[in-house]
Parts: sequence; structure tokens; C-alpha cells
Amino acid sequence: MIPPSAFFAVAVVLFVLGVLAFFVKKDLLTQFMSVEVMLNAGNLAFLALAKSLGKAEGQVIVLFVITVAAAEAVIGLAIIVLVFRQRKTIQTDELKDLKG
Amino acid sequence: MAELFWLIPLIPGGSSLLLVLFGTKLSRRWVAWQASSAVFLSLLLSAAAFVHLIRLPPGAPGLSKTLLAWISSGHFVSPITFAFDQLTAVMALVITGVGLLIHVYSTAYMSEDRSYARYFAHLNLFTFFMLVLVMASNLVLMFVGWEGVGLCSYLLIGFWFDRPAAAKAGMKAFVVNRVGDAAFIIGILFLLVQVGGSGFAAINQAAATGLLPSGLATLAAILLFVGATGKSAQIPLYIWLPDAMEGPTPVSALIHAATMVTAGVYMVCRLSGLYAASVPASTVVAWIGAATAIFAATMALVQNDIKKVLAYSTISQIGYMFIGCGVGAYAAGMFHLVTHAFFKSLLFLAAGSVIHALSGEQDMRRMGGLKKHLPVTFPVFLVGALAISGVPFLSGFFSKDAILTSAFAGGHYVLYGLGLLGAVMTAFYMFRLVYLTFYGEERMTPQAGHHIHESPRAMTIPLVFLAAFSILAGYVGLPVLFGGKADLFGRFMEGSVKTVTHHLAVSTEGLLVVLATAASLLGIALAFLFYRRTPALPGRLASLFPGIYRLLVGKYYIDEVYDAVAVRPLIRGAEMVYERFDLKVIDGALNGSAAAAGLAGKGLNFLQSGLVRDYALAFLIGAIIFLGFLLL
Repeated sequence: MIPPSAFFAVAVVLFVLGVLAFFVKKDLLTQFMSVEVMLNAGNLAFLALAKSLGKAEGQVIVLFVITVAAAEAVIGLAIIVLVFRQRKTIQTDELKDLKG
Repeated sequence: MAELFWLIPLIPGGSSLLLVLFGTKLSRRWVAWQASSAVFLSLLLSAAAFVHLIRLPPGAPGLSKTLLAWISSGHFVSPITFAFDQLTAVMALVITGVGLLIHVYSTAYMSEDRSYARYFAHLNLFTFFMLVLVMASNLVLMFVGWEGVGLCSYLLIGFWFDRPAAAKAGMKAFVVNRVGDAAFIIGILFLLVQVGGSGFAAINQAAATGLLPSGLATLAAILLFVGATGKSAQIPLYIWLPDAMEGPTPVSALIHAATMVTAGVYMVCRLSGLYAASVPASTVVAWIGAATAIFAATMALVQNDIKKVLAYSTISQIGYMFIGCGVGAYAAGMFHLVTHAFFKSLLFLAAGSVIHALSGEQDMRRMGGLKKHLPVTFPVFLVGALAISGVPFLSGFFSKDAILTSAFAGGHYVLYGLGLLGAVMTAFYMFRLVYLTFYGEERMTPQAGHHIHESPRAMTIPLVFLAAFSILAGYVGLPVLFGGKADLFGRFMEGSVKTVTHHLAVSTEGLLVVLATAASLLGIALAFLFYRRTPALPGRLASLFPGIYRLLVGKYYIDEVYDAVAVRPLIRGAEMVYERFDLKVIDGALNGSAAAAGLAGKGLNFLQSGLVRDYALAFLIGAIIFLGFLLL
């Protein structure tokens, strides 16, 4: 039996990797993928807790997160495609029209 | 049919609404027919209700119908109730009868105008509000009509609003009336608080039984009378009426001679119980009336604009009505109101016919000799002039005599003397007008003189009707001197106004009649001497007393005085408030808050770099701080 703390450790590592990737990478697509990694780190933590506490709510929440993440992925990818069509680039440093 | 009396105001009102909404899409023929038949229907209903009233046994109440509860707030209840008693009957018949004739006359007089439908919409609307005014059973509803006719007066004076003088005159009428109405509203509120209701019956009864102390009754009566001086063009608020002649002539006849301007007289008669309970208020009414009658008559002596003469004459004649009300002879005041409505609207409409014939000329110095050109207008105008001058056996003679006799019988000898003097002047300025317009040599400008023509039948037929009424209307109120069937009018009015019975010896009364006749004949003779026999005389007299002449021509410079005392200080004050308060405080606060928001925006501008990673960093820092708070 793998102890819950191992799952937490993996979740934390995954999450930090996601954050780092988000800041290091400069193109939208990769940054988007790192957001997905962070989401799944959260999912993992939820599942680990649900298992160790013997409660079902954690699992339910994970199902919700997966559903929302699917919808979010559709919209996010569509936006990225559209941005690319308009600007011929998805480099975030070049997309700064909102500068005040 | 009498039960349908509550429809009397609503028919012209509905017609007006239709004309306002669809008037431009209707043909001129249709507009004229619709507007006139609406008033005709009201006339029929009024006549039916009048017949119903006559058949009632003495002392029985008139018709009354509540349409809507309207205002009901605690003790303050003011329903929309139309009532039809003797006083209302007289007013409603005058409004719809004279109104119908003027509607018919207008169909021809305004036929060239491009805003035909708008004209009739406003005329119908006026009829509606005027009927609401006289049929209201309480002060609050009456005030609705009171303000409504003021609005229509404004709209119709400024009917040709592209003429600056007309637009200005409309505004003047409106603003001057606001001054009076301010006092009027205070009077209404005052009575509401003191009497606890706004119904006329309640107010009259409270005043009669002493429930309303006489001091308070005086105050309320005078406040309401100030409103009447505005609406009925009395001193000190008469100045708007001469300017109101900028409106179309039929409007002057209907609103500014026959009906609206007499609303003040009607109001005083309606509240006769209140006025009778207060001697000081009645004295004020009588003296303001007498002063106005004389004052306006002197100004009418020297006017050269045919309509202005009639305007000052109207002011003067309404003064007579107030003398009647002030000395307690409310029925006599109403009697003069009725006869005046006939002969003055006749004079205005006939003057309109003259103006029409001369293609818009209004200056009597460029008229003359029109007698042979206008075979219908001339005789009817003469009838009107004779009636207003008080020549025996025409309507004006009887009604003016009724007022003067009452003043004399009540012991008001000074008022009587002033009335007699006014009668001389009335006859003089009316026949000055007749001689200058219809007699003598023709002084027209070539353009105007070119196509002088008698007016079409739609204009002359109403004139003939009005002339007949101007002759005959007096016989409903024969003085006691003339026998047993005397004073039908006065006895009819007993149902709704206070009446006084004066006891004068027949010989005294006969002497008064002779004096009144002498006064009117003297005025006519003087006018004949001045403007027919020796036309050089007026000029010589004017150069003999240049000061007085200039004072009269300058209309006592009252307009200038008001301008200096009230209008210009007000405008200057308003400008000061505008500069100091509007521009500095209000605009300052507004601009200041906008500038503050702008500055704050500029200060925080650097945060918006537009770079995704900057925002993500801020997000991360925020999340860490949040976590830190949670954990620590």
C-alpha cells in the first residue's frame, strides 16, 4: 500500500513543474498545457485525500474538474487557433495590446 | 340626455387627442368638420342639461357625477367629479356656443395656414380644459382646468412660433400667469388645510357658518384673487393680454375675450360664499376691478392697433365684472360676462374680418372708408360697438346697468362714479375705432387696398349669429324697472351664487338708467366730434398735453417698470447663480470627480503591461500571500 503522502509529493512536484513551465515558456500552447498539468496535480491531491479519508466528495469534485477542464480546453484551444490566424504568432510577449 | 352631461368636456378632449395623433394625415375638410362637430355635440349636451336644470324644482341640487376617486390620501380627498349647476350651465353654454361659432369662423380664417390640424387640435384642447374648469366640483380639479387653459393660451398665442414677437408674447403670458398661479396654489392649499376639503360646497359653507374665521377667509380669498388677476388680466398682472394679440384673431376672440380671461370672474362667483363672508376681500375685488376698468380704458383711447384697442377694452370690461362681484352682485357680474362674451367675440371676429380683408393690416391709421367695402362686417361691428358702449336696449346696456345699479344700491358711490366714467371712455374708444376703420377717407397701403373683399360665408354667418346674441342676450336680465318678468337671469342664478336684493325707488333706478344712457351717448358724441367732425382735434389735444399723451401711448410705462423692477433683476440674479453656482460648484464637482478618476487611472497605468507573464506573476504572488495567511 502506497502511503497518501507519496501521492501528495507527486502532486506538489507536478504543480510546481506546471507553474515553472508557465513562467519559463513563452508560447501560448505550452503555457496552456502547463495549466492542464497544474489542474491534474490538484486532481491527484483530491483523489489521494478522498482515498485516505474514505469519503466520496473528493472523487466527485475530480469528475467536475475533468468536465470543466474539457470545456476549458475546447475554448482555450479555439482562442489560440484564432489568435494564430489573426496574428501569425502565439508568442505571449508579442501579444501585448492591452498595455495601458 | 341630461345624464350624459359628463361627456360635455370629454368630446372635445377626445377630438383633440385624435387631431394631435393623426391630424397631419387627415384632410383639411375632415379636420374642420371633426373639430366643429365635437364642440357642437358638447353644445347639444349642455343645452339638454340646461333644460333639465330649468325643469328642476327650486332648491333642488344640480347634476353631479364622479368619474374617478383620483386623489385619496388620508383626510385629503379630491375626486374627479363633474357638476352641472346654474353657474356651470351659463358658462358651459357660453363656452360651447361661442366656441362653436369661433370654430366655424376659424375654418375659413385659417384656411391658408399650413398647421391647420395643429390649430384645431389646440382649439379643441382649450375647449376641453375650459369645460373641465367650469364643471369641476372642487378646487383641485378646477386648478387642472385652470392650468390647462393657460397652457392652451400659451400654445395658441405662440401659434405662429416662427414670428419672434408671437413666441415672446406666449412666453410672457405664461410667465405672468405663473406669478398669479403661485398665489392661487397657496390659496388652494390653505383652504385644504383650513376647511379639510376642496369641494366648493364645503368651502362656501365653512365660510358662511363661520367655521372658517373671517380673517382666514379674507387671506384665502385674496390669495385666490391674485390668481384671478393673472388669468383675468387685472391690475397688476394685466400686462400679458395686450401682447397676447399676436395669436390668430379667432383665438383672441375665444380665449382672450369670451372665455378663459373670464375664468377669474367665474372663480369668484363659484366661491361667492367665501367672498361674501369677507368684506375686506370683496372690497379689494371691487376696487381692483374699478381701477382696472378705468386704467385700461385710458390706454385703449390712444392705441392704433385695432386688436390692441379691443384687448384693453377686454381688460376694462372684466374690471366691470369684478366690480359687480366685489359689491356682492355676483349674478350681475356673470350677466356682464355672458353679454361681454357675445359682443366682444363679435368685435374680435369682425376685426379679424377687417384684417382678413386688408391682407393682414392691423394699424387703424392705414384703414378708413371700409364701410362700403364690407357690407356684412360693418353692420355687425356697429352692433357690437353699440352693445359694448351701453346704448339702450342692446345687451351691454342691461348688463353694465345691472352692475352699476348694484354698486349704487350698495352705497359704493365712488365705484359707481368710476364705472360711469369708464362707460364714457368705453363708448369713446369704441367709436373712435369705428370712425377710424369704417368712415373717412381710405388710407390703405396700395398692396392692402388692392384686393379688399368681404369675407367668405363661413366667417360672416358666425358674425351674424353673434350680432343677434349681442342684441338679444340682454333681455334675459331686464332690470326691475321694466316690469314683472324682470331679471330672469338673476333668479336663475340664485341656485348657485349668493344674491343680494337691493331696494331702490323706481325713480332712483330710472335716474340711474338715464345717467348710464347719457354716459354712453356722451362718449359716442365725443368720438364723433374728434374723429368725424374735426379730425384735427385729437392732434391738437395731444400737442396741448404732450406729457399725458406720451404717458398713454407709452401705456404708463408699466412694462418698462416691471422690466426694471422684476424682470431684469431676476435675469441678472439667474445669471449670477449660473456663473457662481452652476458653473463653479455643480460643474466644478462634476469635472473634479472626472479629473480625479482620470488621475487615478494615469497613476495605476504602469500595472497594465499587457504581458501575460506579468499578470501570471501577480496572480502567483497573490496566491502565495493568500496561502501564507491561511497557513500562518
